Amino acid sequence: MAQQAVLKDRSMVLQKEMIASHFARLEKAPENHEPVVYTFVPGNLTELIRSFGALPVLPEINALQSGMRKLSGDFIAEAERAGHAEDVCAYVKCDIGMARSGNIGPSGTKLPKPDLLLLSYTGCYTFMKWFELLREEYDCPTVLFHVPYQGDGMLEPEHRQYMIRQLREEVIPALERVTGRAYDEERLRENLVLAARAEDDLSAVLQSAKHKPSPIDGYFGTVYYVGPIFSAFRGTSEGVEYYRALRQEVEARVAAGLGPIVPDGSLDEQRYRLVVEGPPSWTHFRDFWKMFTDEKAVVVASTYTKVGGTYDFGFRHDPRDPLGTLADYCSGCYTNLNLPSRIEMISRYIREYEADGFVINSIKSCNSFSAGQLMILREVEKRTGVPGAFIESDLVDPRYFSQANIKNRLESYFQMIESRRRGAPREAVVA
Amino acid sequence: MSCVVGIDLGSTTTKAVVLDQDGTILGRGITNSRSNYDLAATVARTEAFINARFGLIQQQAPDAMTSSVVQRLRRAFILEQFLHQLRRLRELMEEEVERSAPPAIHSALRGALEDICQAIAEEEELRFKAPPAPRSDFFRDTAGSAFMRLGAQVAERGGEVTFDRLLGLYDKCIIRAENEPLDLDFRDHIGDALERVGKAGSLAEAVEFAATTDLTPTAVVGTGYGRARLPFPKEQIRSEILCHGLGAHALFPQTRTVLDIGGQDTKAIQVDPDGIVTSFQMNDRCAAGCGRYLGYIADEMNLGLHELGPLAEQSKRTVKINSTCTVFAGAELRELLSLGQKREDILAGLHRAIVLRAMSLLARSGGVSDEFTFTGGVAKNPAAVRAIRELVDENYGARTINISADSIYTGALGAALFAKRMVT
Amino acid sequence: MRSDVVDWARELYEDLDFLAVHRWLADHPGAKAGGYLPVYVPREILHACGFLPVGIHGGGDRLEIIRGDAFYQSYICHLPRSVIELAQSGRLDMLSAVLFPSTCDVIRNLSGIWKLLYPDVYVRYIDVPQVSHPDAAVTFYETELRHLVRDLSDVSGHMPSDDDFRRTIALYNEMRAVIRALYQVRRERPWDLPTEELYLLLRAGEVVPAEQFIAQARAYLAAVDSDRRRPRDNSRVVVSGAFCEQPPLGLIKSIERAGCYVVDDDFVLGARLLSGDVSLDADPVRALAEAFVHTEVRTSVLYERDPRRKRVLMKERVDAATAEGVIFAAPSFCDPALLDQPMLRNGAEAAGLPCIAFKYSENTGQFQQFREQAGTFADSLKLWSGGPT
Repeated sequence: MAQQAVLKDRSMVLQKEMIASHFARLEKAPENHEPVVYTFVPGNLTELIRSFGALPVLPEINALQSGMRKLSGDFIAEAERAGHAEDVCAYVKCDIGMARSGNIGPSGTKLPKPDLLLLSYTGCYTFMKWFELLREEYDCPTVLFHVPYQGDGMLEPEHRQYMIRQLREEVIPALERVTGRAYDEERLRENLVLAARAEDDLSAVLQSAKHKPSPIDGYFGTVYYVGPIFSAFRGTSEGVEYYRALRQEVEARVAAGLGPIVPDGSLDEQRYRLVVEGPPSWTHFRDFWKMFTDEKAVVVASTYTKVGGTYDFGFRHDPRDPLGTLADYCSGCYTNLNLPSRIEMISRYIREYEADGFVINSIKSCNSFSAGQLMILREVEKRTGVPGAFIESDLVDPRYFSQANIKNRLESYFQMIESRRRGAPREAVVA
Repeated sequence: MSCVVGIDLGSTTTKAVVLDQDGTILGRGITNSRSNYDLAATVARTEAFINARFGLIQQQAPDAMTSSVVQRLRRAFILEQFLHQLRRLRELMEEEVERSAPPAIHSALRGALEDICQAIAEEEELRFKAPPAPRSDFFRDTAGSAFMRLGAQVAERGGEVTFDRLLGLYDKCIIRAENEPLDLDFRDHIGDALERVGKAGSLAEAVEFAATTDLTPTAVVGTGYGRARLPFPKEQIRSEILCHGLGAHALFPQTRTVLDIGGQDTKAIQVDPDGIVTSFQMNDRCAAGCGRYLGYIADEMNLGLHELGPLAEQSKRTVKINSTCTVFAGAELRELLSLGQKREDILAGLHRAIVLRAMSLLARSGGVSDEFTFTGGVAKNPAAVRAIRELVDENYGARTINISADSIYTGALGAALFAKRMVT
Repeated sequence: MRSDVVDWARELYEDLDFLAVHRWLADHPGAKAGGYLPVYVPREILHACGFLPVGIHGGGDRLEIIRGDAFYQSYICHLPRSVIELAQSGRLDMLSAVLFPSTCDVIRNLSGIWKLLYPDVYVRYIDVPQVSHPDAAVTFYETELRHLVRDLSDVSGHMPSDDDFRRTIALYNEMRAVIRALYQVRRERPWDLPTEELYLLLRAGEVVPAEQFIAQARAYLAAVDSDRRRPRDNSRVVVSGAFCEQPPLGLIKSIERAGCYVVDDDFVLGARLLSGDVSLDADPVRALAEAFVHTEVRTSVLYERDPRRKRVLMKERVDAATAEGVIFAAPSFCDPALLDQPMLRNGAEAAGLPCIAFKYSENTGQFQQFREQAGTFADSLKLWSGGPT
C-alpha cells in the first residue's frame, strides 16, 4: 500500500516541478535573453522551438488555467469593456483581458512578452484572429504556419509539401531571426526521438482504459496527463521521465485492479463507461467531474485530449523525416479532422473501449468543436446503438455554466441507461 | 389502504399525485411554487390528500343529488381554507404595522386592514353562495387581486393610509404567509365546511369515513429541478425527464414522443413501449419559446395569459414572426402593431414561432413518432395546439396527438409510478 | 428601363426555389449546376468545367426554419440553419457539386455535414492560402485549383481546355468590371443608384449565368445614366462586416431611409474579391491563383500579413469612397466579423472617423432600432463632421 502511494505521487510531483520550473524560467526569460515564442496547442512545434533554445508559451493553456482559478470572468469582462462582443470565443477574451491586467500568468508570475507569435493555424479559425489581436497588443514579429484542413479525411500530398515549404521558407527563418541562431536539424532530430518515446508511454496510458475497471479517467484525469506533452515538454527528457513514471503508475493500478484517482478518492467501482466529445468547462471543472463520479461514471476515452495529437491511433514523431513529421503531426490534431473522421473516431472509441454511452459537451465559445455536434450525436447513436447525452456549457466564461441544467440532463441520462439495463415492468394506471 | 405519492417541483407550480396499490389515481394537488421547496411540496401533497379524501366521500355519494352536495362541500372547504389563511395574513400585517409603521397612524392602518380583510371575506362568502366562475384557486392570486382592488378603494378616502403603505404591508406579509407551515389539512377544516352546508346524515357519515381512512404513503418520490436541493433523500429523487416520460406513458400507453413546454423550459422526450426514455433534448440557456415568453407578450399587450390563445384563434392571416427572443419580442411586436397589423394575426404568428422552436428540439431528440403527447401549461393554449398539429402534420405526416386536460400532473404521476415501483 | 431590371433582380432574390437554375438546367440538358457557400469561391473553375455556378446565401427572412435548427445550437450564426433548411427541403437537389470555402469553422464543418447528408453530391472544402510569401501561396493555391478542376470535370464530364479557361476568365473579368462600374456610379452619384437596387442586382448575379447578369447590369447602368435624380443631403457611410451571412433587405433599406448613402460595403463580397483582372496571358489556372493571392481587397476571413493594415483599413476605405463614417454591421455570433471589429474600429476612431455598430441576423424581423441608430448617426455626421473632403 505504501509502495503504491509513493508511485502514485511521483508523476504528480514531477508534473508540478516541471510546470513550476517552466514558469520560473519564463519569468526570467527577458533578463536571461531566452527568446519566448507564443503558439497554440493544436499544431504546436515544440521540438522545433526548443531546438532553437526558445521557450514556448501557450495562451490557450493560460486561459484555461485562469478559468480553473476563477479569474477568467474578470478577464473576459475587461475584454468586453475594450470592445469585444459577448458572442465571440471566451479564450481570446480571457487572454486579452489577462494581458491588459498585467499579464500575470497562472502560476502568479509575470509572463514575458512574446519575441515571436508563431500562429499555428491548425483546426481553428479563431486562432488567426487571436494572434492578429495579440500582434496589435505586442507589436512583435508574427509568422503564420498554415496547416490545411483535412477536408477529405486525409493529409493530401500537396498539402504536406505546402507545410514543409512553409517550415523551410517562413517558420525556420523567423525563428532564426528572433533567436539569432541557425537551424540545427540534429538537435531537432534528438528532440523528435524523445518525443516519440513519450508518445509511446502516453499512448499506453490512454489505452489502459480498455481495462475493466479502467485505471484512468480518460477525460478529466487525462487533461492533467496530456498537459506536459501539449505544452512545453514534448521532445524533452523531463517529458520522457514524466510519461515513463506515469505509465508505471497506471500499470500498477491495472495490476491492483484499481480505478483512477478522482477528487473524492479512488473510483474503483465503475457503473458507467463513457466516451466524451468536446472540451471541458474549466471554470467548473471539479463540479463537472463530480457529476460523473457521483454516479460512478468513468470516462474511458475522449476526443478533446487529442487536440494536441492522436497518438493512440499510432502517430509518432519520426526523427528520420524531421520536417515531414512535423507536418504529419499538425495535420492529425483532432480539430483539424473532418466531421466524418471525428464521428468515426468516437464510434471507434465506443467499440474498442466498450462504452455504455457517450456525452457531448457543447461549448458556446468554440465553433470548431461545436458546429456539427448535433449531427455527431445522431450519427454516433445510429452507428453504435448506444445513447448519447448532450449538454451545453463554455470553456472559461462562468456565465455559461448552469449547474442545475447540466445536472438535470446528466442525471436523466444516467437514469435512462439504468432503466434500459434493468428493463421495466408494464405500468397499469386507471386515471 | 396503502398508497404512494409523487411530487413534482416545477418553476411555477408544484404538483402532487397519490396512487393506490393498483396504480389508480386517488388524488391530485397543486399549489404555486415558492422559495421554501419543502413547504411547497408539503402543501401540494396536502392538497392531493384532500382531493383523495373528497374522492372517498364522492364514492359514498353515488347519485347526482348528493354528488352536487359534495361539490358544495368542496367549495365550502376551500372557503374555510381561504378564510384561515386570510386571518393569518391579517395577523401578520397587524404585527408588521406595530413593528414598522409610525405610531401616529397605527390605528388608522389597522382600521383599514380590518375593512379590507372584512370585505375580502364577505366577497368570498358571496362567491360561495353564487355559482362558481373559473379563476385561479391559489390564495396568493385570489387574495392578492382582491387586496389591490379594495386597498385602492380604501386609500381613496384620503388621509395617512396610502395605497403604497397598504401595498408594502401586503407584499412583506404575503411572502411570510406563504412560507410558513399552516394548518390546511382535511381534518382541520372539514368540520367547519360541513357546518356550512348543513349536516345531512349520510354526508356526515361519508365525511367521517374519509377523515379516518388511513392514507399514510408507503413511498414518496420527488422530481423537478432548481438551484437548491430538492427536499427529498437522494434515493427518492427521479429525474424529471424520466418522470415525465413515464407519466405520459401511463396516461397514453401508445405514446412514443412527448413534448412538454413549461414556463421556463421545453423538453422533447422519446419513450419506448414500456415508458422508458430512450432519448431527450432540452432547450439550452436561451429560453425562447417557453411559457414565460407568452407571459411577457401578454403583459405587453395588456391581456391575460389565458386570453392569448383564444384571440390568436381568430386570426385569418398569420403574420410571420422571426424572433422568439424575449429581448426583441417586445420591439418586434410594437413595430408590427404600429404598422397596422392586427393583434390576432400577430399572436397567431407568435404561437407558430414558439412551436417552431419546439419542433427543432423534437427533431434533435429523434423526431415525432406515433403517438405524440403534448403536455405542459402551453398545451392548454388552443393556438399553440393548432400550430403543433399543423407543423407535425406538415413535417411528419399523420400522428395521433394526445392532449390531456390534466397534463400538468404528468411529472408528478410519473414520480408516483416510480414510488410504486419501490414498494412492489 | 431601370424598373425592369430591378423587378427581374428582385424576383430572383426572393425565389427560394431557384427556378432560374432549374430553367437553365432544362435549357442545357446534360449540364450541371454547382453551388458554393460564402465568402469566396473561384466561380471560373465551376464555369470552365461546364457548371452553372450557384451562390447559396441562405433563406434570409423568407424561410421558416424547421429542420435547420435541429443541426445547430443557438449560439451559432443563422446562415447554416437556413442553408440546411434549403437543402433538407429539397430545394438544392439540383446541385451536383457544392463548394465550401475557408471562411470560418462553421462553414468548414458544414462541408462535413454535407458529405454525410448527401454522399452522392461532390463536396470539396477549399483551403485558400494564408501565408506571406506569394510564391508559396500561389503554388499551393494552384494545386488546389487543379485538384478542383480534375474533380469537377469528372462530375460534369467536361475537362476544360486552356481556351475554355480563357473564355471563362474573360467573362468573369467582364462581370467584375461591370460590378466595379456599378460601385463606382454609386460612389459618385448615390442618389441615382440606391443600394437596395445594387444589392438586388448582386444577388441576382449569384444565380444566373454571367452573360445574363452582365447584360442586365449594363442595361441598368444605361437606365441609371439617363434617369438622373436630385441629390439629397444624406450622410455618406461605409458598411463593413456583412460579407457572409447577408442582412435582410429591410435592414439595407432602413439604413438608406434613415438618411445614409452607403458608398462602400462588403455585401456579397465573393463576387468582387479579385480587385484586378485575371491575366489572360499566362497559364489560366495559375493566373487565377495569382489574382487571388495578389488581390487588394482586404477581408476578415483572410489573414492580414501587414501588422499595420487593420488599423488603417477603415480610413483607407472611407477615403477611397469619400465617406464620412463607418457602420459596422455584423451577424450575431460571426467570429470573423466580430473579432475583427475592435481592431478595425480602434483604427477608425484613432483616425477620427465616427462609427456605430450593430448586430443582425439574416432573418431579423424588426428594423426600428437600426433606423434609429442609423438616423441618429446620419444626423450627427451632418452636424459634427465637416462633410467629405
